Amino acid sequence: MNYFPDEVLEHVFDFITSHKDRNSVSLVCKSWYKIERYSRQRVFIGNCYSISPERLIARFPGLKSLTLKGKPHFADFNLVPHDWGGFVYPWIEALAKSRIGLEELRLKRMVVSDESLELLSKSFVNFKSLVLVSCEGFTTDGLAAIAANCRFLRELDLQENEVDDHRGHWLSCFPESCTSLISLNFACLRGEVNLGALERLVSRSPNLKSLRLNRAVPLDTLQKLLMRAPQLVDLGIGSYVHDPFSEAYNKLKIAIQRCKSIRSLSGFLEVAPHCMSAIYPICGNLTFLNLSYAPGLHGNKLMKLIQHCRKLQRLWILDCIGDKGLGVVALTCKELQELRVFPSDPFEAGNAAVTEEGLVLVSAGCPKLNSLLYFCQQMTNAALITVAKNCPNFIRFRLCILDPIKPDPVTNQPLDEGFGAIVQSCKGLKRLSLSGLLTDQVFLYIGMYAEQLEMLSIAFAADSDKGMLYVLNGCKKLRKLEIRDCPFGDAALLEDVGKYETMRSLWMSSCEVTLGGCKSVAEKMPSLNVEIIDESEQMEFNLDDKQKVDKMYLYRTLVGHRKDAPEYVWIL
Amino acid sequence: MSSENGKRLLETDAGGLNFEATELTLGLPGEPRVTSDGGAKLGSKRGFSETVDLKLGDNNREVKLGHSLQEAAKSPVSKTQVVGWPPVRGFAKRGKKSCKYVKVAVDGAPYLRKVDLEIYNSYQQLLTSLEDMFSCFTIRNYLNEKKIEQVNGIEYMPTYEDKDGDWMLVGDVPWQMFVESCKRLRLMKSSEAVGLGLTTGPKYSSTN
Repeated sequence: MNYFPDEVLEHVFDFITSHKDRNSVSLVCKSWYKIERYSRQRVFIGNCYSISPERLIARFPGLKSLTLKGKPHFADFNLVPHDWGGFVYPWIEALAKSRIGLEELRLKRMVVSDESLELLSKSFVNFKSLVLVSCEGFTTDGLAAIAANCRFLRELDLQENEVDDHRGHWLSCFPESCTSLISLNFACLRGEVNLGALERLVSRSPNLKSLRLNRAVPLDTLQKLLMRAPQLVDLGIGSYVHDPFSEAYNKLKIAIQRCKSIRSLSGFLEVAPHCMSAIYPICGNLTFLNLSYAPGLHGNKLMKLIQHCRKLQRLWILDCIGDKGLGVVALTCKELQELRVFPSDPFEAGNAAVTEEGLVLVSAGCPKLNSLLYFCQQMTNAALITVAKNCPNFIRFRLCILDPIKPDPVTNQPLDEGFGAIVQSCKGLKRLSLSGLLTDQVFLYIGMYAEQLEMLSIAFAADSDKGMLYVLNGCKKLRKLEIRDCPFGDAALLEDVGKYETMRSLWMSSCEVTLGGCKSVAEKMPSLNVEIIDESEQMEFNLDDKQKVDKMYLYRTLVGHRKDAPEYVWIL
Repeated sequence: MSSENGKRLLETDAGGLNFEATELTLGLPGEPRVTSDGGAKLGSKRGFSETVDLKLGDNNREVKLGHSLQEAAKSPVSKTQVVGWPPVRGFAKRGKKSCKYVKVAVDGAPYLRKVDLEIYNSYQQLLTSLEDMFSCFTIRNYLNEKKIEQVNGIEYMPTYEDKDGDWMLVGDVPWQMFVESCKRLRLMKSSEAVGLGLTTGPKYSSTN
């Protein structure tokens, strides 16, 4: 089999970068496995409990970049208790003890303590990049340690984390000798920052390409920063409130015009809408615009801004854009690939929310659309069928009707046919989220047509176990299934337990599965961890197998039961 | 107001499924409750209750409602939310929680306007904006002791109603305190205000 020396194969493998492909390569034969594991630098672990740090280190001694994900997706919506798990400390501890020269760490939905950040900052001389997404458990003290100790830091990217802000000093902890920053994103921090330190840091970072500021950075500082970093490619504006007749505003206009490389714009965490014209000069080159944190921007001002953005490929917006505004998007943004429309008033039916009309307009005007997240007032089957026809290239289709069991308001029918059209037309669909009134029928369609589907999110849908069975039987590539408030019980859960070993995880909450059913799965499949999350303490007193389980999370693992589960988590 | 209605309905309906009493409205307090009898405009303010109503008569269907929805439907309070719905991460950060709209009335104008106090950082910005909005009037600008060009000869004093229901002159308290306590604004004709003895300027300048 092996006609080439190892070095040649290694060189060939260098060109193979996708995790999936490298995994496949390692399965070909023993020698390829060996060569691949020694040359592997980047590892992605989708569930931190599926493997242990020791085994990771043993297999990939050349590891430089590690991506870890912790809590299940529904943790984003407060369905998972805070201390359920996903602690990064053991990983950092193990890596620190080993000879691994870690350079990059990317974490999502993990619990990160200041201790772990400090240990991280002191243990890896060449550490370059820290990306934390939807994490929690740390304070700005931990960030101070990273700033102070990581001499060659290139990237510090904090996205939507819950950070206890001890106010401002962490930025001053970057030493004068630190000039290597390429990316700095602290938009999610709520506290004050030392503006002088920020200005000096940006001044001495000639390679800075991405800068996302938090709310506490005022306009005049923004102007100074832009003057010092006209090479920025990605900008996140903090506060954008000022007097349009002021000197600061004039200076800002000049500064922005110098920034000819900006392709991505976000933030506007505080915004005075009458001052958006200063931004127009850079709009024509934007490929990504994120206004989802700017509820103050709507109506004509918003539409005018969008009309300048002809090259937009990704747009994240609030639903106060309205259907009319989406019409403007449809006319202007012909290169649009990804659209996310977030609710500005999730619990109150907003008067400027979007409906099926806006979506239809965008689908007609933007033929390259392939990724959608859409929170809306209502949806019709007719609209979904039209969208499916207009945009057969969807990879991600996530629809959230704010009233979760709302039928088609025109026909009063469930939305089965509409979603059915989507899965039938979009042959490359990998991710789907459903909402609205749905029966078992939609799942029949999904099982039949969604051949590439990898992730499915279901809420308040279906009539019976058949729904879940259609999906489990039909979707061969399914990796993640998350279900809440559906009438799926033990019969569906137990039909094909072997299937779960081919998937990363299954989440079921407020369904009909019983303790007995879950125990049965655990018994039959030792390669799965079956967790019952029950904060109400019912489980302690009532171990009746017929008891319905409130929250069940099961996932495949190579390392058995985890040892760090809190009291209210039972691993069967 | 809506909770009173809810109570009444609960009392009058002894047995059976009383969907009206459990009706959830997603409207603002004080607004008329939207009913499910078709009177509601399609697409506006439909709460969980209305979709629950649609399932009336189909007992099988009712059983299959997710537990969370059943729980929500049982609550008599006018606004109940299902945990984790809608599935938005950190929506509080994006949503209108940090905006404060107050009505602005101008003596003599046939309609009111609304402004979001959160987008301003100072009294100066607010007054400038109000001037833009009501460009046919002039607003007496105490703060910098300068008189704005009078267009039609009428000057207005910016006043506001605070949490206690008292009418105050704009500018006496620090800006943030004003934002928190202001319930609505009224531009009062200066001639009226003189009669009230409001001759001394406010304590806080535009820099606060």
